[in-house]
Amino acid sequence: MSLNSVVVTGVGVISPLGNDFATLLAALLAGDSGVREVPELEKVGGLRCRLAATVNDINPKQIPRKFRRSMSNMSIYAYLASQQALAMAGYPDEQLSSGDLGVIIGSTLGSTTTSENFFRDYFRDYSLERMKTGTFFKLMGHSCAANVAQSFGITGRVLAPSAACATSCQAIGYAFEQVAAGKQQAILCGGADELHPLTVTTFDIMNAASTHFNSQPTITPRPFDSQRDGIICGEGSGILLLENRSSAEQRGATILAEVIGFATTSDTSSIASPDIGAMATCMQLALDDAGVTAADIDYVNAHATGTEQGDIAEAEAIAKLFGSTVPVSSLKGHLGHTMAASGSIELAGTIGMLQQQQLIATRNLEQVDERCAGVDHLQKNRRQPVKTILKNNFAMGGINATLIIRSEVND
Amino acid sequence: MTEAEVIELIDSSLAEEFELDRAEMTPEANLYEDLGLDSLDTVDMVIVLEGAFNFKIREEEAIRAIRTLDDIHRFVMGKIEQNS
Repeated sequence: MSLNSVVVTGVGVISPLGNDFATLLAALLAGDSGVREVPELEKVGGLRCRLAATVNDINPKQIPRKFRRSMSNMSIYAYLASQQALAMAGYPDEQLSSGDLGVIIGSTLGSTTTSENFFRDYFRDYSLERMKTGTFFKLMGHSCAANVAQSFGITGRVLAPSAACATSCQAIGYAFEQVAAGKQQAILCGGADELHPLTVTTFDIMNAASTHFNSQPTITPRPFDSQRDGIICGEGSGILLLENRSSAEQRGATILAEVIGFATTSDTSSIASPDIGAMATCMQLALDDAGVTAADIDYVNAHATGTEQGDIAEAEAIAKLFGSTVPVSSLKGHLGHTMAASGSIELAGTIGMLQQQQLIATRNLEQVDERCAGVDHLQKNRRQPVKTILKNNFAMGGINATLIIRSEVND
Repeated sequence: MTEAEVIELIDSSLAEEFELDRAEMTPEANLYEDLGLDSLDTVDMVIVLEGAFNFKIREEEAIRAIRTLDDIHRFVMGKIEQNS
């Protein structure tokens, strides 16, 4: 079966570092931090981390109430990012309902905020009489995908993969495969998540959240750094429009990058701790899928969240495949960990790197942990020709995912 | 509560819940054709009114006949009178 070339024609972003692609990219290039003190976290007993990377300055009311009533924040973020991606791609309105366009957008959970509000009220008297009709639509696992499809009138396939921190990497990968196979002409894909104190708690109870920098928000998380002490949770949405190259070219769309490879695997060594071999296998399978070798990769965008174990394992896995010559960085020092959105927001950042022909360094990486050494860590932004990028996301539950994209510019 | 107070509480509650323009909320305004509500909104409207007036109306047959804002005003006032 001959497969279609799959290209990115639109990018939309709602993030802790700005609410569109250009603003995000400028902030990443400038080395800004999206991490802030979140007073709400102080109310949670036993929670040591008081920081998060939150979304600011959005206007949900630009979404018509009839669509917004079934949306929690994560769907609002996904809607706004989807709107941007469609606009950037110049995707024709009349094509939205043609059946040629699909939606693959995932989140870690349904809305935890909605869940908390519902049960807070329910436990007063165990009554359902005050439950409004929008509640279920915010709680359901495919809330973001369904809300985006409903709001834009998209009638093709709607899927909502959920694999925690690998969610949007998988969503883009599955979209890539389906467009390549000709099942859809185009797919809006990515992930979204909204911050809730329980997200931070989840990592804190496993001693995986950053807790020592509460009074200095911008110097954590610290991927690969010797002083790193864990994750900073974030929120947002990154949405890409993937299209069949020939139909994108036919309508004169600007092509931002080509997606050329994807792999996702299950690491059964542990539900929580990463395995070096399993990570390397996932990256190798993505290389095989793309029909390239490690020598063809110009830059690795690491998942590296700033945890003790994860960063060491990923650095070793990257070193195993790429040695010490391929530049590596993580964008979590800037963005925190935007959970289900991290894969797609960070992939947007790498598309920006392709456009600028400039690699963005790992923020807060001052002293490389010697156990993370062995790769070419980017500690300063670097101008260099960049054609092919490999991007990782590794998730709780033993889910690994890797995407490979290629520049349209540097031929 | 006076009749005016009841009407004001109904209108302000519905305006807040459904983000309605108060200028368009004339008594004769049709909830569906003029104010743009739909069947899901109707369910939520009952919850909003139950919360505002502390009564139960979900099972009332008369609700199904409501079409205009004035229908709601009269229904609620009738319910209050019935309960007093």
